[in-house]
Amino acid sequence: MSMVDPVLQGLVDSLNAAYCLCLDDGRLEEWPEFFVDDCLYQVIARENVDNGLPAAVIYCDSKGMLVDRVVALRQANVFPEHFSRHLISRAVLTGIDGDTVSAEASYAVLQTRNDGETRIYNVGKYVDRLLIKDGLAKLVSRMCVYDTHRIATLLATPI
Amino acid sequence: MNAMAPVGAPSLPTAVDYRVYHDTQIFAAEQRNIFKGRTWCYLGLEAEIPNAGDFRATHLGETPVVLVRGQEGKIHAWVNRCAHKGATVCRSLRGNQADGAFVCVYHQWAYDSEGTLVGVPFRRGMKGVGGYEKDFDLASHSLEKLRVESYKGMVFGTFSADIESLDDFLGPVMRKYIDRVFQRPIKVLGYSRQYMAGNWKLYSENSRDSYHGGLLHLFYPTFGIYRQSQDSAGELAEQGFHNVFTFSKPKGDIDYGSFGDEANREMQGSAKLQDERLLQFRPEIEDDVGLHIQSLFPSVVLQQIQNTLATRQIVTHGVDKTELVWTYFGYADDDEETTRHRLRNLNLVGPSGLISMEDGEAVELCQQGTVGAEGKHSFIEMGGDDVRGYYAPLGMDENAVRGFWKGYLNLMGDALAVSAEASA
Ligand code: FES
Ligand SMILES: [Fe+2]
Repeated sequence: MSMVDPVLQGLVDSLNAAYCLCLDDGRLEEWPEFFVDDCLYQVIARENVDNGLPAAVIYCDSKGMLVDRVVALRQANVFPEHFSRHLISRAVLTGIDGDTVSAEASYAVLQTRNDGETRIYNVGKYVDRLLIKDGLAKLVSRMCVYDTHRIATLLATPI
Repeated sequence: MNAMAPVGAPSLPTAVDYRVYHDTQIFAAEQRNIFKGRTWCYLGLEAEIPNAGDFRATHLGETPVVLVRGQEGKIHAWVNRCAHKGATVCRSLRGNQADGAFVCVYHQWAYDSEGTLVGVPFRRGMKGVGGYEKDFDLASHSLEKLRVESYKGMVFGTFSADIESLDDFLGPVMRKYIDRVFQRPIKVLGYSRQYMAGNWKLYSENSRDSYHGGLLHLFYPTFGIYRQSQDSAGELAEQGFHNVFTFSKPKGDIDYGSFGDEANREMQGSAKLQDERLLQFRPEIEDDVGLHIQSLFPSVVLQQIQNTLATRQIVTHGVDKTELVWTYFGYADDDEETTRHRLRNLNLVGPSGLISMEDGEAVELCQQGTVGAEGKHSFIEMGGDDVRGYYAPLGMDENAVRGFWKGYLNLMGDALAVSAEASA
């Protein structure tokens, strides 16, 4: 096990923390800014990943598609009112290639709807590639591999 | 409201007692009369279990079922309930049982891929003690086997010994549209599972309800791409309970840019898509149909929406618990770029679908709103009070919803009335 670079570790963990707070605070318009322009964001069932199947419930292969999703959520889509709360683990850096870092982290999303009950909504892990530039980490790709393959009602807000 | 009044009698295809979404005795009667009755229920795709020994756990109504491809290539289905004490025999969602033997972990009764009991430990006891009687017949303690037939790779099962063939149950109109989607061999791209706190019939109505399309699902109009000039039509099978909707692309140009011209002012949203690849449609079947939604009673929807292909299996877990298992697929000869396009298109459908996520919410809203509303009725008279075999254009009618109830009420017969009396 090689030494973890504390600066890199800090950059990745800071990105994850800011990303989750951004979603949980409902600042969806800021969410695409965590990604590079030519990015890939997926939310995919673990049962698919484990069986080599590619279908994802969300598959955005450009930042424009992330923006389109947010606009759709704000203006078009109908879904139960809810708040979410992400709990994330410290990232594990799985590889470094020039200015690109691979990392994984576990997440749990708790959801609270209008009835006031908080439920475990979606649990899984982020499988990421990040670009480190000018002391900042941005997501090149984020695959949210969810264990909770029984999605309650629908999945509107990004994970 | 007279508590003794039967539910079935006043329920018509145009007006259904809200009790049908909440009554546990009606739910039980549906399992008997519909799912275990004279219907063929969708269980999965042949393409999910291509090789000998491949299996997949599925459901027929609320009953857990396993679909297996036997050593000789034939597909079998049996109830996942050990003949000894009822334990679940197959505990995985999918896999391959190379030796074709399914062994119950509890006392290790072993079944072959057809569900026949082939081995029991200590059958003769030990040293003359214990064991089963000499006349214990393995074959008569097998798993409960279903009749299985498939059409164009869609596998259906039934508990009924005397129901018509699957082909006849589907009928010529439904078969024609299944042929349309399964024009070429397919490959499975993956699954999603959507769990709704609502009754299965609310979802069955939803998939047959063309009225809500442009009203609940606002993605297209928001982005100024409501296509008024497209052709649409609905066709029903004779019983009423199967139906198909088709929407065809406007004649000529299919550019995203041209859609706005056809929209009326209210439908012309101000938002602009940043990435129009999301909506790209690459016609690949020899017709102009861009949307094909086919509901096959009682348990599956087959769709082609743009370039998304999927089955949506309806699993009934309880009176207010319904699981929708989406199985996404493409054609076996798709190249990598085509698959990528399909994955991008899949953003439109499924539990996160930009044009369809609302259906899950609609089901739950109706379930919540009808609590305690026994004796009150829905109103299903948009576009008439009859059930027609053909309706066009769509969107201003509830013809296919009435068709669903017509078929449902026929199959339920007195069961609704009887269950109402029993619970009164
Ligand atoms: S319950 Fe299956 S062997 Fe006993
Ligand atoms: Fe819908």
